Amino acid sequence: MSSRSGFFAEIFAGLKKDPLGMTGLVIVVVLLLASIFAAQLAPHDPLEVDVYNRLQSPTWQHWLGTDQLGRDVLSRVLFGGRVALKVALVAISISLSVGLLLGMLAGFGPAWLDRLLVICFDTLRSFPTIMFALAIVALTGPSLNTVIGVIIITSIPVYARIVRTQTQALRDEDFILAERAMGASTARILGHHILPNIAAPLLILASMDVPAVVGMEAGLSFLGLGVSPPTPSWGSILNDGYSYLRNSPWPILAGGLPLILVTLGFTFFGESLRDILDPKLRKKGGSS
Amino acid sequence: MLSFIARRGLLALLILFLAVSLLFAMIHMMPGDPASVILGPKASPALKAELSQRMGLDQPLLVQLGRFYGDLASGDLGVDVFSNREVSEIVFEQFPYTLALVMLAIGGATLLGIPLGCFAAIKRNSLLDRITAVMSVAVIAIPSFVVALYLLLWLAVKWRWFPAMGAGEEGNIADQLRHLVLPAIALGLGWVGYIARLVRASMLEVMEENHIRTARAFGLPERTVILHYALRIAILPTVTILGLGIGSMLSGALFAEIVFSRPGIGKLLHEAVVTRNYPVVMGSVLVTTTFFVLCTLVSDIVNAALDPRLRKSGRSS
Repeated sequence: MSSRSGFFAEIFAGLKKDPLGMTGLVIVVVLLLASIFAAQLAPHDPLEVDVYNRLQSPTWQHWLGTDQLGRDVLSRVLFGGRVALKVALVAISISLSVGLLLGMLAGFGPAWLDRLLVICFDTLRSFPTIMFALAIVALTGPSLNTVIGVIIITSIPVYARIVRTQTQALRDEDFILAERAMGASTARILGHHILPNIAAPLLILASMDVPAVVGMEAGLSFLGLGVSPPTPSWGSILNDGYSYLRNSPWPILAGGLPLILVTLGFTFFGESLRDILDPKLRKKGGSS
Repeated sequence: MLSFIARRGLLALLILFLAVSLLFAMIHMMPGDPASVILGPKASPALKAELSQRMGLDQPLLVQLGRFYGDLASGDLGVDVFSNREVSEIVFEQFPYTLALVMLAIGGATLLGIPLGCFAAIKRNSLLDRITAVMSVAVIAIPSFVVALYLLLWLAVKWRWFPAMGAGEEGNIADQLRHLVLPAIALGLGWVGYIARLVRASMLEVMEENHIRTARAFGLPERTVILHYALRIAILPTVTILGLGIGSMLSGALFAEIVFSRPGIGKLLHEAVVTRNYPVVMGSVLVTTTFFVLCTLVSDIVNAALDPRLRKSGRSS
């Protein structure tokens, strides 16, 4: 692999040739900045109630209108981005790390451990995701941490299975065998030789997973099982909008749009990244 | 082939057993005893004791688990805490609504996706090809409840083309179908592009193979080559995806049912979660999970029947 600056230069050069990927990157960057600087960008306090101006259509004062309590929808959307970002960041990094560890264990460890882990992964994946999430929420009560926990539990098997397959493919390669013959420890082989080889496809996968995770948080919040009420989340904005659908379409339009943008941005960017970094994957059509 | 089915079936059974036990354990690991959670903090001890006894909560955990499986084997999913009705009765009353929705969505997506993918493969790099390419990666990941809300907003509330809520009049098929259109689109839309993309990819691969070249060399018309030789093989990957598709659609169906106020297992589960009606939560998750595991099993078996290479390894992925 070339030097670090060469690595980014390669990505950037690839993106320049791929307008869709570039569009994706721009969307992702704009969304990230909008969430980080939500406090500076938001024209109003997202929790400020103004019952005289409830369910308004967009005006110069409220660009995306107001909700059933007269709160500024644009400000709520901006702050909702923070919730989405936090959930995505925490949930994906934890499930990726645990999945990586378990997947390498399954792929490199003894056969019985592999079987055991695979059965565990398959058991967790045998629940339809949202149904499983609802069952857990029923037990623990709705909160943002529950949402994060559910996403972690349901994503670990997905990452672990992919890491396992990749590890198994690498395990019998000549350079690993050579390393073993020289007496390298398992930890060294996994950390120094397997990990760098599976990191790139895994990171691409993680970036393409962001929309699903964000969608899950929004979905549970939409059902009233995610963030607790005054906190703005894209899902809770949609939930409020749904209750007052016949009075004003704006909260629904405004709450759904960032979800669509997140999806388009991360998917286009991830696809493009995959094509640039791993031409082999493209040929397979990204079969999962 | 038979041994493959047996092995794969046993694995499915094992996974199902573990999944159900996990669910059972989760419900019992919950802090506080279920009876007081269900009845609320103000319930009298006598009432709590009575409910505990009725639900068998006063027995040791393993006895409860054994009894639970015993009941399950005889089709008994317990009793609804509020209405005192059989959970199995409630769940199977709602399940057909969800099944109809999911089947219509996946059926529609397949019927649209296969020809679309076929055309995209034949006319590579045409406008249609590019559109399905963008659609397949983008639309599949847009949460289906957002699609459902937008459809509801525009086609049902604003333009009034389709009904906004309910499942339609009992016995009136046309009306029921009209009520199914929007939820099915919300569920299936993402899969159209995805299936098209899959078919396209495997179509391109198949078209390179020897037997297609042979068929062409024999002078068969292009139509026959594509429809009878290439497409028949190219739709195989789609078959595998359908099993998984139905599973993920069960999740999507929950949102579609809530957004369009349709009866169904998703709406049932949501209401049960909100009211903490544990037997109903357990029953509906159990039935959907079983259904999902069965779908995966069937698609694996169909796949193995179509592609003998898969039988040896014992599993498809």
